Amino acid sequence: MTQEPLRAETDVLVIGSGAAGMYAAIEAASKGCQVLLADRSLIGRGGATVMAQMTVAVALGSETADHWSYHYSDTLTAGRGLCNEPLAQLLCEEGPDCIRTMDGWGVGWARKDGRITQAMAPGHDRPRCVYVDFLNTGPAVSKTLRTIVNKSNGIRKTGDLCVVDLLHNKGDVVGAAALHLGSGTPVIVLAKATILATGGLTRLFRRNSASANMGGDGYALALRAGACLVDMEFVQFFPIGHLAPRLIGMDPIMWDPFRYKLGGRLLNNRMEEFTQHYGVAEDGKYVITRDVGSYAILKEVEAGRGSPHGGVYLSFQHCPERALREAFGPVIDRLATNGIDLTKMPIEVAPIAHYHMGGIVSDAKMQTDLPGLFAAGEAVGGANGANRLSGNAITEALVFGRRAGRSAADYVKRLRASPDHAENAHKAIALIAANAPSSNFNTAEMQLTLQKTMQDNVGALRSGPKIAAAIDKIDHLTDEIGHTPPSDGNRFDMRRIDWFDLRNMLLVSRVVAEAALARTETRGAHQREDHPHLSPDWALNQTVALQNASIELSGGPRDTAVAAS
Amino acid sequence: MSEHATLKIWRGLDANAGRWETYEVPFEAGQSVLDGLRWIRVNCDPTLAIRFSCINANACKECMIELDGETVYACTARLQPRKMTLAPLSNKKLLRDLVTEIAPPTERFTNS
Repeated sequence: MTQEPLRAETDVLVIGSGAAGMYAAIEAASKGCQVLLADRSLIGRGGATVMAQMTVAVALGSETADHWSYHYSDTLTAGRGLCNEPLAQLLCEEGPDCIRTMDGWGVGWARKDGRITQAMAPGHDRPRCVYVDFLNTGPAVSKTLRTIVNKSNGIRKTGDLCVVDLLHNKGDVVGAAALHLGSGTPVIVLAKATILATGGLTRLFRRNSASANMGGDGYALALRAGACLVDMEFVQFFPIGHLAPRLIGMDPIMWDPFRYKLGGRLLNNRMEEFTQHYGVAEDGKYVITRDVGSYAILKEVEAGRGSPHGGVYLSFQHCPERALREAFGPVIDRLATNGIDLTKMPIEVAPIAHYHMGGIVSDAKMQTDLPGLFAAGEAVGGANGANRLSGNAITEALVFGRRAGRSAADYVKRLRASPDHAENAHKAIALIAANAPSSNFNTAEMQLTLQKTMQDNVGALRSGPKIAAAIDKIDHLTDEIGHTPPSDGNRFDMRRIDWFDLRNMLLVSRVVAEAALARTETRGAHQREDHPHLSPDWALNQTVALQNASIELSGGPRDTAVAAS
Repeated sequence: MSEHATLKIWRGLDANAGRWETYEVPFEAGQSVLDGLRWIRVNCDPTLAIRFSCINANACKECMIELDGETVYACTARLQPRKMTLAPLSNKKLLRDLVTEIAPPTERFTNS
């Protein structure tokens, strides 16, 4: 295609419109910046935020006395020694203010006797999680922020924009080049500051709880632009993702809130509770953390004690129907239309990829290694260490989003001139408009192959040989897609869109696999069957950078020993 | 014998000059129409244009299409072992196949 690129200029470009991106846009606009809020999908409807079912962890102390330092302490404990402390502190300390601001904007946190209700969740020392009934936290947060975005002066919005590469000039990030899906045309956005609010990478795994646009694109954009990533081996698997019977119109993480409110019992195929054999006796309460829960379930399945679809059972059969109705009202009817009566049957659950602890290296101002580039929300690496505490994701999205918006606005004010040039604009446009006419591979099938490989080999239970086999497969797929996207010359060209997704997914998969292979221990969400114990030598954060298109890991024990000698 | 759903799908870039293509999709009780469309992309034709984000949760509201003339979300409409006719929304501008311009005008790209 030879179309002239579409062009836009702005003070702040925000890529991604989940909670982090929208809050960043609102904050930057409130400081007087012109903002362009861009998303692959519709504004404020894609990403992970809208999928959140229930808990938002925050030391409000509305019912039980609390202080952010207790929340911080629980976050560090969950992170198994690897949390970036300034980022974790920021999350916990500013959480209450963001949650109260959201309350003022009408999000509708559940209340009892006028006080915001706070639920107990695994890993917390006291009830700390606010929510919106019923299973409506994510949609309510998204809708509230969409309303404020729409009321804010200075925010332009565009959906259907698939960002292909960040633009740079003399070492500064100055915007992004994108494929406009609706027209098939390249787009150049010049921006004084750019915020990556692209979420995580759960789409790399076959069983996940994410939106289709969570393929780690922000990590790939940052890497190719020269920024560093950290903790990329730490993918959180949510232990009790819905497995069977087939359920439509419901998020697979929906059983989390059920367990918060009603406890529930995890059972193997002998209908016996088993978590006590893995060190955590539940006694009908929901206390098992995500890393231990995923491990226990997969080990039961491996021992031949799994449910028919390859998970375990979760039962609420001991709960009276009245209690189920009181806790979840209309959701009980939605389950009935799917043929599920919890008083009569258990459901099957299994671990699914849910969240990424790793991400873009950022300081507590959300500034990355590159001038002009900021990160926000799940895209930021480090706050949650090796395992995220329940409820920290939405809090992080709000707090980090606000901080990124503020920092980008400060940066814009300090700049003397608007960027008028990007060194790599021509190259990016050429790639976006390129066409590999002879390629006939099935991009959708290749994505599924990659997802299966990552799920089976770099998932919740890992080993050196399995990860090495995954790296071979990733290399093979990378060779197969080549350097040029296929194109039929028309708009909404799915193979071309898939190709740009694959380009990012394969790079980020390779990064996750290499970081996982290097970490020869078990810690938090990273569970190595060939290295089943935590190693004190590995109380370290690995970082990743691209050097001449090859992945360079650093920060492991060997590097640290060299640095100390 | 395993059951199938027969999906008759409108294809094209011009609302006045499209074509119908028919695909046989393995049927499993409890699946959604979106499951069937995603199966087609992986197993038959990756060029089939569909729009979705949240996949299964009915949260993103992007997968609206017409099923046998009725507007539905593909993620909550159940796949059935019969012939099902799928078309893009007739009251929205067509982009391609089952994809229409559903974003409000203030959320579309403009040069600036």
